[in-house]
Amino acid sequence: MSFKILVPVKRVIDYAAKIRVRPDKLGVETNNVKMSINPFDEIAVEEAVRLKENTIADSVVAVSIGPKESLETIRGSLAMGADAGIHVSASADMQPLGIAKILKKLVEQEKPKLVILGKQAIDDDSNQTAQMLAGLLNWPQATFASKVVVDKASDKVTVTREIDGGLETLEMKLPAIISCDLRLNEPRYAKLQNIMKAKKIVVPTKTPEELGVDVSSKLKIVSVEEPAKRVGGSKVQSVDEVVANLKKHAII
Amino acid sequence: TQCLVVAEHDNKNLMASTLNAVTAASKIDGANISVLVAGSKCSSVVDSASKIKGVSTVYHIDHPQLEHGLAESITPVVVGLSNKQSLTHIFSPATNFGKNFIPRVAANLDVSALSEITSIQNGNTFKRPIYAGNAIATVTSDEKVKVGTIRTTAFEKAPADGGSAQKVAIDDWAAKLVDESVQQTGIKWVSQEVVKSERPELTSARVVVSGGRGMKSGDNFKMLEELADTMGGAVGASRAAVDSGFVSNDLQVGQTGKVVAPELYIAVGISGAIQHLAGMKDSKVIVAINKDAEAPIFQVADIGLVDDLFKAVPALTEAIKKAK
Repeated sequence: MSFKILVPVKRVIDYAAKIRVRPDKLGVETNNVKMSINPFDEIAVEEAVRLKENTIADSVVAVSIGPKESLETIRGSLAMGADAGIHVSASADMQPLGIAKILKKLVEQEKPKLVILGKQAIDDDSNQTAQMLAGLLNWPQATFASKVVVDKASDKVTVTREIDGGLETLEMKLPAIISCDLRLNEPRYAKLQNIMKAKKIVVPTKTPEELGVDVSSKLKIVSVEEPAKRVGGSKVQSVDEVVANLKKHAII
Repeated sequence: TQCLVVAEHDNKNLMASTLNAVTAASKIDGANISVLVAGSKCSSVVDSASKIKGVSTVYHIDHPQLEHGLAESITPVVVGLSNKQSLTHIFSPATNFGKNFIPRVAANLDVSALSEITSIQNGNTFKRPIYAGNAIATVTSDEKVKVGTIRTTAFEKAPADGGSAQKVAIDDWAAKLVDESVQQTGIKWVSQEVVKSERPELTSARVVVSGGRGMKSGDNFKMLEELADTMGGAVGASRAAVDSGFVSNDLQVGQTGKVVAPELYIAVGISGAIQHLAGMKDSKVIVAINKDAEAPIFQVADIGLVDDLFKAVPALTEAIKKAK
């Protein structure tokens, strides 16, 4: 059986862009804001591509669920070395449960041995999709991975994961779900030649309806506000003044 | 209104994060709060949990497969309890423990989950930070069970004493669910490597001293360690310092690293990129030391010192030692 890896990738506001709450207070401004692949998802793509380069995996499929611009995120993943892409058209603000339900359907169709995801998207910061997908599939999960070792002969994967205060190692029978933490790898920059090649790959678009998935959500965002502004900006002239201020704040 | 808090513990001690989650549950009007202690040889934890003020029932199960709190083994217990007790709310701390299994529980109950709750308005309205705290979303949930993780820094700790909860063992029905899930998922715990640091964990430390690119080298971080040690603090770093190879990535504070909210945050040689500010701007008091008076970090700092960090940091360490 061929060893396929599915990697979900999300298009998010670039990590370096300034976040501005929309005037209607129902979300943040995304018009004319730089968008990029979610940094944790980029790590997931890198890990999958490395498993292919190390002849563990046979193919890597990048999936993005969102508006048509999500195709750019898939193209970026193809340029990094993914073999194929699937786009599922949906609104940009879908909740993780709906995303996990769509991914479950795609897993049933694509039959991957591993699904590697970013641990969280830096827009809604949910950190839920990998765990939810594992729950829906009743597969083992290793979240916050910092090292992945696949043993094809025994059909197992050993994952070192970041826990509070240290590391934990789990062994999972394949198929399995992995979510990536920052230390797992350093994603490559795609070469121009690969970016050009990626443009030629045909990426099919599916809809949640075609997949037979109900993505309605019982969570509703009623408002989005800016956090309380910090009043900073006061300066002192010396180390002694720093200490005096810390005493004033009863810290020392 | 039946609220369950899933306790975080190490089979001997109840983690303080559980107390923050109990306080969060108490914000819901008319909440009957129960705690689940799922572990192995964890009777001392059950005793501690039963003493938390405001908790009426402690459900407990003792099973070898629950020793390490794996999502695969704990999830069926929580889901089973939810069905039996008609739970309306299930919370756990937003630590790597809670984040790991809470969404799995939600999916198996076919409900959405709420991550990193920082405020509870009522039984179905919650606030949570998005974009690493650059925006705060108010979210309502119409799910039959509201499942979520609690940002511990946003809620006080419930008193660890003064309660006398009823203890209810659930091994009779839950043990076989654990066995089934472990067998079906084929999960196996192999080992654990807990960093035995004298310093507290970055995300729960009262004081955090972080260094940026201005530190110039990894060796220079020793200076920050000495400063942190004068106040029992932890050491962090900006992404620039990590990318420059000064320190390892697990020290990174920022949007793509750890989000911290200590009582005191000292930013040393950090310019204050948006992505770093996102990870520390909820700190109660921020001190910035940087030789560039125009660095954006000074805009959020309560106490800014424009100085050469290689002189100022050792001087500050000495001055704090003397002041104590």
